[in-house]
Amino acid sequence: MVEIPAGSAGAVPSAEVEDVELYHPKSWWTKYVFSQDAKIIAVQYSVTAISIGLVALVLSWLMRLQLAFPGYFEFIDADSYYQFITMHGMIMVIYLLTALFLGGFGNYLIPLMVGARDMVFPYANMLSYWVYLIAVLILVGGFFAPGGPTGAGWTLYPPQAVLSGTPGGKDWGILLMLSSLIVFIIGFTMGGLNYVVTVLQGRTRGMTLMRMPLTVWGIFTATVMALLAFPALFVACVMMLFDRLLGTSFFMPAIVEMGEQLQHGGGSPILFQHLFWFFGHPEVYIVALPAFGIVSDLISTHARKNIFGYRMMVWAIVIIGALSFIVWAHHMYVSGMNPAFGFFFATTTLIIAIPTAIKVYNWVLTLWRGDIHLTLPMLFALAFIVTFVNGGLTGLFLGNVVVDVPLSDTMFVVAHFHMVMGVAPILVIFGAIYHWYPKVTGRMLNDALGHIHFWTTFLGTYAIFFPMHYLGLLGVPRRYYELGETAFVPPSAHTLNVFITVMALVVGAAQMIFLFNLIWSLFRGREAGGNPWRATTLEWQTPETPPAHGNWGKELPVVYRWAYDYSVPGAPEDFIPQTQPATGGTTREAIA
Amino acid sequence: MNVTLFFLTAVGAVIAWWMAGQRLTSKPWLEASPAQTTIAGRKDPPAPAVKIGLYVFLGVVGALFSLSISAYFMRMESADWWGMPLPRLLWVNTALLASGSVALQWAKREVRHGRMEALRLALVAGFILGALFLAGQIEAWRQLSAAGYLLTDNPANSFFYMLTGLHGLHILGGLVVVGRTTVRAFAADAPSARLRLSAGLCTVYFHFMLAVWLILFALFAGWANDFVDLCRQLLS
Repeated sequence: MVEIPAGSAGAVPSAEVEDVELYHPKSWWTKYVFSQDAKIIAVQYSVTAISIGLVALVLSWLMRLQLAFPGYFEFIDADSYYQFITMHGMIMVIYLLTALFLGGFGNYLIPLMVGARDMVFPYANMLSYWVYLIAVLILVGGFFAPGGPTGAGWTLYPPQAVLSGTPGGKDWGILLMLSSLIVFIIGFTMGGLNYVVTVLQGRTRGMTLMRMPLTVWGIFTATVMALLAFPALFVACVMMLFDRLLGTSFFMPAIVEMGEQLQHGGGSPILFQHLFWFFGHPEVYIVALPAFGIVSDLISTHARKNIFGYRMMVWAIVIIGALSFIVWAHHMYVSGMNPAFGFFFATTTLIIAIPTAIKVYNWVLTLWRGDIHLTLPMLFALAFIVTFVNGGLTGLFLGNVVVDVPLSDTMFVVAHFHMVMGVAPILVIFGAIYHWYPKVTGRMLNDALGHIHFWTTFLGTYAIFFPMHYLGLLGVPRRYYELGETAFVPPSAHTLNVFITVMALVVGAAQMIFLFNLIWSLFRGREAGGNPWRATTLEWQTPETPPAHGNWGKELPVVYRWAYDYSVPGAPEDFIPQTQPATGGTTREAIA
Repeated sequence: MNVTLFFLTAVGAVIAWWMAGQRLTSKPWLEASPAQTTIAGRKDPPAPAVKIGLYVFLGVVGALFSLSISAYFMRMESADWWGMPLPRLLWVNTALLASGSVALQWAKREVRHGRMEALRLALVAGFILGALFLAGQIEAWRQLSAAGYLLTDNPANSFFYMLTGLHGLHILGGLVVVGRTTVRAFAADAPSARLRLSAGLCTVYFHFMLAVWLILFALFAGWANDFVDLCRQLLS
């Protein structure tokens, strides 16, 4: 390690270019289709994820239509309703959120933000996308298979998932779902190794871990978690495939189906739940941590202020990641597991609120006396904070066993879950797209359309999910495809259901405006220039916009400072890029 | 899930140890100078990315097997569990896999000294021993099913077939890489840096898979049970 005295920036030799390792496309096909460039792969991941997400959006409309107007739509029967629920949940959680945050944003942002030319294993990276696409196609295949997709619920609990009473249980549905998940996990592992090793080994000179933007920290930690958590789902899927195809009894207890004793016996459905939630809970944070990271960067950039408590933010991300592995059984309070476990898991669940709260305070303190620009990314970031706090607070309710048990099977859980894991990360995704779209395409998204999109989405989702808390407290059960007449649910609940459905349709329609904006701005958007937000991080300092293959032209950038030098007193501009060497008068040290 | 948590604790310890060397307590906002830019712990030349990639991958494989083993123990508690006898052949297979590991270790040594002839021999030996292990595992399956220990009869059988199958697939993947390295060793006249790296990584991978196999073997043979009982008593 060579110690260079502060201020003698010229002593840093220029970084050497290692072009030998860089992959060079030879034809149109290898440049745009079977590309090994992380930026192209990122766009492929994003487009696929958003497309399959639209399918899930339509499914949610169908579910809402059924709940508001039961019996009115003849093509929605109980079976198809459960199929809609299952596919909506699985697609949104895994094929949209996980794939978009890690495969989409991870691929685009990691190499650019750490100053690398590309991912360290470009070939495996390309393979990762194509395997993901196969997984999506297998999943979609369920809609066309005999018997339709599985209707087991997104948690796929056995034994019902593989019995004939469940749609797809004895047909192709469950098989396609399990195979699709297995393929997805294989594909994700290839990509995940890339993201982790690129952060570890691909950083440019001067990019210490503590100089990385929080976006990279979030995606990096989430990937490590995903690599350790997805094997649980993999094992569970393989074992359930064995049970369903080969007649083993990993999860299947002795059971009578249609008056006939099945050959299974002795298996443990709770074992499946342990495996599933050992994956399932970290999955919440696999989605949330990239969102935390991105939102920190959006807030800092658009409030023109350094992030408050950067070190705390990093530590909190790491601590949340670690803690999330020991809270899984709080999804299982009603599963009949040992009640003594409940106490342990309730405690760990409440402890995880501490680092999460630290993050929220730090965001708010970053905004405090900042030069807040209410740009679209900032609006979405603010909406995220509010939504995440709302959803998180109901999480504190549900984390307690005594509160969870009566609420567990009601719409309250649906409301909580959608606020904290559905709406909140999606708002960050939108914010991130408005923020980075100019870098990806070189053009700005249309502002007016963006505002319509933002306000409809933000207020609309509240109109959808806030009343659901109330429905849940009334005791309206989730998973029921038709409420029917009950003694305890007042008729006003039905009116509320109609309202929720109308709002769901409106919010869904607003997403079409967003899609139109994405396509329209690609051709007609205002030219963005290299750094429209006047941001400090490396991806805005590329010589070309959109960045060319290899990202950095002839020489890799050298990093001299952390990612948040906004509004530094005495500096000529209100931001100092990470690549700018220290000169007298710009560092805080020099001022102090 | 104790096995899994134990494994994750180990992984967590590695991560914590690594992070401890990354100056996570530094104050980056005070460091606008290149003085601290040399990344702590990164020596010249930095470790090759493939090597780090392999270690991360081994973490994933480790998680996969520790989760399976957790499931094994949890399922074992139910009343319908009958242990199955292990065919003698498994001892032979264990010996084969162990000697395959030794052969690759030998290859790693030879490539360092630049002795190509010995390297090729060692790689071929490693490949053949690994392939024989796989053949032996399949033969063990055949013997067991011929003796009436079918997949579906009992959860112990199911786990045996599933875990050996999962392990076998990982060995198969390893063999593909060893095969490619062998081909490259025959094509080259002198050991390149890349060949040296490949040989080293194959060795690490096979050692790891040998360790996994030994644990699985202990599990199937029932030796692990006493150990687990002991742990349970200590915990409760």
